Amino acid sequence: MTGYLARRLGQTVVVLLLVSLIVFGLLHALPGGLVRAQLGPKASPYAVHQLAIEEGLTKPLPVQYLVWLGHALRGNLGFSYKLNTPVSTLLGEYFPRDLLLTGVAIALAIAVSVPLGALQAFRRNKGVDYAFSGILLALYSMPSFLLGVVAIVVLNIELPLLPSTAQQFGQGVGTDAKVLVLPVLTLMLGNIAYYSRYVRSSVIDNLLEDYVRTARAKGSPWSRVLVRHVLRNSLLPVVSLVGISFPYVVSGSLIVEALFDYPGMGLLFWDAEQSRDYPVLLGVVLLVSVAVVVGSLLADLAYAALDPRIRYG
Amino acid sequence: MSVGPVGSALATMTGPHAPPFDAVPVEMPERARPVWRDNLATFAANRFALAGFVVLVAIALFCFVGPHLYSTNQSATNLINENLPPSAQFPLGTSPEGFDILGRLMLGGQSTLEVGFAVALVATLFGTLWGAIAGYAGGIVDALLMRVVDTMLSIPFLFFVVLLGTLLQPTLPLIVVAIASVSWLSTARIVRGETLSLRTRDYVVAARGFGNGHLRLVLRHVVPNALGVVVVNATLKVADAILLFASISFLGLGVPPPATNWGRMLTTGINNLFDGYWWQLWPAAVAIVATVVAINAVGDGLHDVVEKRLAGGRS
Repeated sequence: MTGYLARRLGQTVVVLLLVSLIVFGLLHALPGGLVRAQLGPKASPYAVHQLAIEEGLTKPLPVQYLVWLGHALRGNLGFSYKLNTPVSTLLGEYFPRDLLLTGVAIALAIAVSVPLGALQAFRRNKGVDYAFSGILLALYSMPSFLLGVVAIVVLNIELPLLPSTAQQFGQGVGTDAKVLVLPVLTLMLGNIAYYSRYVRSSVIDNLLEDYVRTARAKGSPWSRVLVRHVLRNSLLPVVSLVGISFPYVVSGSLIVEALFDYPGMGLLFWDAEQSRDYPVLLGVVLLVSVAVVVGSLLADLAYAALDPRIRYG
Repeated sequence: MSVGPVGSALATMTGPHAPPFDAVPVEMPERARPVWRDNLATFAANRFALAGFVVLVAIALFCFVGPHLYSTNQSATNLINENLPPSAQFPLGTSPEGFDILGRLMLGGQSTLEVGFAVALVATLFGTLWGAIAGYAGGIVDALLMRVVDTMLSIPFLFFVVLLGTLLQPTLPLIVVAIASVSWLSTARIVRGETLSLRTRDYVVAARGFGNGHLRLVLRHVVPNALGVVVVNATLKVADAILLFASISFLGLGVPPPATNWGRMLTTGINNLFDGYWWQLWPAAVAIVATVVAINAVGDGLHDVVEKRLAGGRS
């Protein structure tokens, strides 16, 4: 396991460095440069030059990269000149709300997908399987904002049960729970469409394994074989699937937050995109990427801890 | 069963116009059928895929031939006709700018389909090349190229596309580039995996023994044999690109009006959702979902074809 751990950590460090390089590169690909972005097109050449010197933009690029990386590692991601706040403060405020939204959505999606995928696998190529496959394909084929709109139409306009925006988030646990239902539902449905396909095929693969026949032959009832043997083995790929799905979930949260006005990183990013607030845009991209890398690392470590073939391999 | 170029070569040799030695009774009746007919039969056996293909052709005809049969003004706004419900004059009602929605659906479908297919083409070509080089070269080149893929995959793609769209001027070709820049990654991974197994096959080793260069080995011997898997992947890419294009249109990136696409039309419909203008939302929604489902169905059929060919190759 130590060898695996070392290799996996090494990969993570390389990927994180490359992410930082890409974000730094994008920072310098800004049209007109970072200074023009702050001062606007009408600034005098003198003012532009002055700010460029102040921000260290006249130094060679590798030096700038190291300085920027040093700042980023210490949590200094620049300053939002539109919101007049350090980017790190904004991220610290918005990021936990994302953990809440995506965490709940992923947990619920797993809780639904596992039994659903297993049911489809046990009844494969029968009516139930086809019916659910059809529904899931339809969900999978919808842009996530359309999914959210359908949720709004059904649960807000037709049956006025839930608020259609999450703007009131942060006014006590009761309101928070209420405004979160639709965003979580939207994000969750997209994930269910994605996860349950894998659970289905993983369970089908396991059903064909020799150990199932052996367990049946020694007299175990089907229910016991399915729960104790098949489902346990099929759950292993789900752990790594969740790790792989992080970029999808985070991307989905961007749409969901823009649609429901949920004040998370997605909404922060979207607002920054509308106002061309580049330090915020790049800070958000850096943080969500790091979160995804760390998340997949944790998923892989969990997988390794659960799977004896890797643990002792 | 026949596999790839080798199989098709054998098929022609034993076909009806084969050289005289065909007169010797050889029991390979199914080889006499050209590969594409086997493939077509496999594809057509999947009813769902066949239906998907028909729907897809119908949608393409609707978008590209439709405007010639049903001509509407889609460039000049007409505020007298704004937000009208469906009627005899406007079968699907009008938009907030007074555009006929049925005609707009055709126009929006054109750019949506164009972006979808262009992304799939660009991403597949680039990803195939990248993956084939990584898998074929191995060692440090492979590690480096694949770490780049890992890195790009860990940046949530929608954030990356929106950021690129903000930095670049959003014209249609640049939107294609932005979406393709996240779409090629899965192709690269798949092709690398295929190449790793293909490059040690006897025929590749033999071709290398004949003195073929690396480039020729990759392009003539490795890539064509990974093609089946790549084609299935490319089909699904069209669907993903259409969804991604809709999402970035929803986030406000895209070509300025009067140009439109289904995602932009959906967004208009969402903005007017609480006014009860249902005809501005649902036609575009149905168009997008029907197209994506149809493409997934076609991908499913192609998957069957590839699966069957691979299974045949092993037996």
